[in-house]
Amino acid sequence: MHYSILIYQSRADFDARTDPAKREVFLDAFVPYVRALREAGIVVASAGLESPESATTLRVGEGGRTVQDGPYADTKEQLGGFFVIDVPDLDAALQWAARCPIGEGMVVEVRGNLPHMS
Amino acid sequence: MDTHRAVEQAARDSYGRLLGFLAARSRDVEAAEDALGDAFQAALASWPRTGVPERPEAWLLTVARRRLINAARRDRVRAEAAPTLLALADEARDLAATDVVFPDERLKLLFICAHPAIDPAVRTPLMLQTVLRLDAARIASAFLVRPSTMGQRLTRAKARIREAGIPFEVPEAGELPPRLDAVLEAVYAAYGSGWDDVAGADPRRRGLAGEAIALGWLLVRLIPGEPEAWGLLALMLHCEARREARRTPEGGYVPLLEQDVTRWSEETMAEAEFCLDTAARAGSVGHFQLEAAIQSVHAQRARTGRTDWDAVALLYEGLVRLTPTVGALVGRAAAVAEAHDAPEGWALLRAVPAASVAGYQPYWALTAHLLERMGRPAEAAGALARAIGLCEDPAVRDFLVRRARGSPAVDQGETSSARHPGAGAARNGSGARPDDG
Repeated sequence: MHYSILIYQSRADFDARTDPAKREVFLDAFVPYVRALREAGIVVASAGLESPESATTLRVGEGGRTVQDGPYADTKEQLGGFFVIDVPDLDAALQWAARCPIGEGMVVEVRGNLPHMS
Repeated sequence: MDTHRAVEQAARDSYGRLLGFLAARSRDVEAAEDALGDAFQAALASWPRTGVPERPEAWLLTVARRRLINAARRDRVRAEAAPTLLALADEARDLAATDVVFPDERLKLLFICAHPAIDPAVRTPLMLQTVLRLDAARIASAFLVRPSTMGQRLTRAKARIREAGIPFEVPEAGELPPRLDAVLEAVYAAYGSGWDDVAGADPRRRGLAGEAIALGWLLVRLIPGEPEAWGLLALMLHCEARREARRTPEGGYVPLLEQDVTRWSEETMAEAEFCLDTAARAGSVGHFQLEAAIQSVHAQRARTGRTDWDAVALLYEGLVRLTPTVGALVGRAAAVAEAHDAPEGWALLRAVPAASVAGYQPYWALTAHLLERMGRPAEAAGALARAIGLCEDPAVRDFLVRRARGSPAVDQGETSSARHPGAGAARNGSGARPDDG
């Protein structure tokens, strides 16, 4: 089964990316996590996303299509990156999600991928 | 006392006993739970008006068995249970009428929960729900399972008890040891789930260590002649004695050898020693007693100021012969490295089957430590990264990351031995176990 591990981050987490000291602290734990996932041979896809303000959102409404600056929803946490992993079941996916070195305030969401879409 | 609290207290004190009594007679845990739930609801509704009955348990039992009988009448499928239920009705009435204390069937309930026909993964949750009335959401968080999935697993397990007709009985002497071991393992798994959380800010995510110890005391009361039950309790109490010392005030991880022994609970260690002595008098050793004895050696540092690694290594040797789990094998390698030297520990560690350690964080932490000691820093760094990547506990992860950065490393000989109390850890393979050695 393919599962997506979606990592949501706060404004402070995104800001920390451009602070060399904080970035190093984050990577010290995150790089080994990515490595452990890869060594387990379960990574199907992964990505880290640019900050939400760089997002461009397309909407289709009654008046047709509009293009806007910024993410689709103005929530406190925004998607910061994701992994798609191939593991036997949700329990295994949750265990990998629990290993994700998220700081306080970060959120990890685990969702199964539709089989015919991957 | 206000009635709401009276109901709460009755629930806390008697839930498992009442459920055991009802389930042992209806042979249907789920129906018994529903009936008992209704009885508690009824108590909440009527006790404020009528006052708390003199014998609240008997009152609850009377209401619950009435519900059970009505439910059985509605349900033709369970018609065959009717005679049992009628007998139950008589028995419950007798119990209500006299001063007889109703029999404690919780032991049967524990054996049902850990029955070979029940999926091992759901045994502990089932115990926590039926004996201690923990809700599925809290159990799910502790075991890192989706709450709705946990609910379904519990329901399926209870359906299996009913449909497979699993008998409510304590196994005969001949089959008791393996069946008891399954019960003890399930209790220990509950203890392990409580380990990560020390701050305990969110009550739903609070660990289940306290509940596991309560089950441990219950077991030794119900079967005082079983040394392994005492051994399990001794093991949990020794680990529990160090809870305070295991974290800095800021929440940082403190490995066993770095712990301030004045922060260990003398009272809890004394209880643990009492349990271990009681176990030893039976003259039959088992893996829980050995694991508790390892903790007992560590506890002696509070008095002697040193750790007798030869003793720890010897006890691990015994443990490996009895139950060669990954946890025991890794623990032995760590102890031998301390008692003798790093290459000897490393040789033992390398012999652990690779497939069983791929996701086992303590193995990689110990590998890093031993390679470092043997002057192989590049390989050590690789193993340490693997340990960090597999870590679920943020405090332990921070500790390992600091090591990776090369900040003044503590002597971690024990962090690895320590993180794997042995047999239990490996069996579930999750590493979500006491990180105390």
